[in-house]
Amino acid sequence: MCETCGCTITAGNVHLTRDQHGHDGPVIEVLQDLLAANDRTAEHNRSHFNEHGVFAINLMSSPGAGKTALLEATIDALGDEYRIAVIEGDLETENDAARIRARGVRAVQITTGSACHLDAHLVHQALHELPLHGLDLLFIENVGNLVCPASFDLGQHRNVVLLSVTEGDDKPAKYPVMFRAADLVVLSKADLLDVLDDFDPLRAEAALRALGRDTPVIRAAARRTPALQPWLDWLRRELAQHRKAHNQFAVPATALTGAALLRPARSMVGD
Amino acid sequence: MHELSICQALLTQVEDIARAHAADGVKRIIVAVGPLSGVEPSLLAVAFQLARAGSCAAQAELTCELAPVTVRCTECGAESACAANCLLCAECGGYRTQVISGDELCLLRVELSSADESVRRTAA
Repeated sequence: MCETCGCTITAGNVHLTRDQHGHDGPVIEVLQDLLAANDRTAEHNRSHFNEHGVFAINLMSSPGAGKTALLEATIDALGDEYRIAVIEGDLETENDAARIRARGVRAVQITTGSACHLDAHLVHQALHELPLHGLDLLFIENVGNLVCPASFDLGQHRNVVLLSVTEGDDKPAKYPVMFRAADLVVLSKADLLDVLDDFDPLRAEAALRALGRDTPVIRAAARRTPALQPWLDWLRRELAQHRKAHNQFAVPATALTGAALLRPARSMVGD
Repeated sequence: MHELSICQALLTQVEDIARAHAADGVKRIIVAVGPLSGVEPSLLAVAFQLARAGSCAAQAELTCELAPVTVRCTECGAESACAANCLLCAECGGYRTQVISGDELCLLRVELSSADESVRRTAA
């Protein structure tokens, strides 16, 4: 990705931008990221979070990896220390939001219908129902899916991807786009490692390294409070760093930084 | 299938461009899609058939230009072609690499059929 403007045109692929076809009509050179509208709204969301000192985390995984259980345990552990809110994304039902509310924390449920991911516009709408004033941590629990959510910046500061040990340890190799987007990988349900002989945490980490990432990997078990410590430590450290940042706020691993245009002027060629 | 969402975003951009250039229609849309963009070109093509209906690009052809995945090693500087799920340096084997090609998801060009064009032809 271009570090100047955030577009994905680099020295390695700029040849693709040159016209290689004959044509009759005017050809408009564009070079605009296809998700530019989403990314603008994501930046808008992120500005809101920054203005209010809120640290926002996008939680992604396959369905059933334990995102909601991790949030419940996190609220139990940190609820007295930080003010927390949750945006829940699911195709249907308010079940997850109800689980969070039962812990005494504000939760907004987004039901996407048949859409397989949250986007920045959906999160922006949810923010209208969620006062940010006084909040420390906002968790956005994405739709359970290791494919589509990776492509959409929501305005979060960090992407956390859960890989439960009841899944295959080759998931990073199967879903490279998702795992490349992770700022932290959590091996969830890690208390089951003792009884599972086919998940090797080192193999999972090797598959992640093969994606060119030195993303930290931690283990967590939502049902065993001591096993949550690395996760809670990471949250405290990231929030503290974010607060100290003074306008150098965190952005997630692969999010575009807003200005996705390689060059703002659109030139007309071919006439 | 987020390709339909991507197509709708694409068509919004294309309609803005067509309007800005007073075009009658759109003949061809050229996008760059890399294997690490998270978008599958064949699914994008299917979604485009659905999404283009009723838009100024209803007759338009969608062309996806594919870039190979290439990384540059931040340790030894070598550039290597690689698979989407193995972005290691082919020279030194290191994993500290940067993707320099293969994560594109970008509208490159739009070919219009515009009123201006027919005016020019008449004048000639």
